[in-house]
Amino acid sequence: MRNIILFIRIYFTFIFFLFLMGLSLYLLFTYNKYHNAVYSEVANEITGKISTQYNNVSYYFYLKRTNDSLVKANERLYNMLRQDYSIPDTTNKISVDTLKVDSLTTYRRFLYMQAKVVRNSVSQPNNYIILHRGKNQGVQKDLGVIGTNSGVIGTVVEVSNNFSVVMSLLHSQSNISGRLKRGGETGTVIWDGQDRNILLLKDITKSAKINQGDTVITSGFSDKFPEGLPIGYVKDIINDKSSSTYTVRVQSAVNFETLQFGYVINNLQKEEPNELLKKVKSK
Amino acid sequence: MSSLVKNIIRFCLFILVQVYILNQIPPLHQLVSPYLYFLFILWLPFRMGRRTQLLFAFALGFALDSFTKTYGLHSAPCVLIAYIRPFLINLLITREGAELNYNEPSIQSMGFTPYFTYITILTFVHHMFLFFLEALQTGGFLYFIIKALFSTAVSLVLIVLTELLFSRKQRFRTNTI
Repeated sequence: MRNIILFIRIYFTFIFFLFLMGLSLYLLFTYNKYHNAVYSEVANEITGKISTQYNNVSYYFYLKRTNDSLVKANERLYNMLRQDYSIPDTTNKISVDTLKVDSLTTYRRFLYMQAKVVRNSVSQPNNYIILHRGKNQGVQKDLGVIGTNSGVIGTVVEVSNNFSVVMSLLHSQSNISGRLKRGGETGTVIWDGQDRNILLLKDITKSAKINQGDTVITSGFSDKFPEGLPIGYVKDIINDKSSSTYTVRVQSAVNFETLQFGYVINNLQKEEPNELLKKVKSK
Repeated sequence: MSSLVKNIIRFCLFILVQVYILNQIPPLHQLVSPYLYFLFILWLPFRMGRRTQLLFAFALGFALDSFTKTYGLHSAPCVLIAYIRPFLINLLITREGAELNYNEPSIQSMGFTPYFTYITILTFVHHMFLFFLEALQTGGFLYFIIKALFSTAVSLVLIVLTELLFSRKQRFRTNTI
């Protein structure tokens, strides 16, 4: 017993070192479970506040670019207005006599909420974006986030009262379903951690016809994003002879380095299909 | 100014510089990611207790991790270099009793060549371990070795610049025992 205590006293520094190292590695490899811990929420509020101060300054340097992108987004929306299209036959009126269909609110599926980006990183192997909008402003976990040109940015992974953390597409665990707009083949969009703004679209059948510059859009199979939002544009194809599928390199639609604003998408009809699925499974 | 206050101010400055300047500048190349914050550990006083050094290093890494949301990724290499540091100083210090007469490691207290060796070795160890942990998550082991080499070079340039810009005057103290 005495020897054990002596041993501990002599090697206490080394044991302390092992303890701190073990703690770091434990945190590193269990971070996904650690999301909910109290510390991470408090830290999120504090770092969020410091980042807001910093962003107040750096935002001025991006004003021009942000303005341009907002004008472009406005133009796109104007072009979608109903009054731009002439309706061929106005004598045939479709009259709706139920009250339910009339009220848009009960049928709305996606609600968009604007959010300011206060912190953004692109140089890490796992990149996160912090938005100045949190639980109090209606953000929940697992909501999708898009940019001002409606390109996909990522998914909300952590929410505190006033800030939320978004796992951007430039993250080794990011995984969303994408589709080629031309042919309709679906695959998975991931990031290999190397080139910024270059994503990989995997599992595309070799029968697909792919050209450079083709658009990759969201497939609409996930409950986070509506169908048809741009993810990126085909850059080139990696033809692996040993596999039966193509891997396509995709230039992302959003420029992750200059993000200033994003829109959080809340799917208001998320629960219904999930409940239905649960009912089927429990049978 | 007491050594503790000085180190706390340094701590905050290094974290802010790392998070809001070095992580924000558009990188030169995808293989280069400059790091400077761990210079705080290299500058800790000679006579600080080894366990206190380890604690400081862990706190430094953890503060940076809170900003980048990668808990543990930076604290592990920091703890490692804080543990190696005293051994390396004992090996490299040539002048008799320099660690008693001077406060902290610098060109003035250790001499140019030993100090530069000290910095190079610890920077390299830090980067190797950091990018190794990254590679465990993302894969690509050849990539990680090349990235560690390039980033070490860039970080060393940054450290030399910092040394030149912010010269730390070291008082020679006698009757220290």
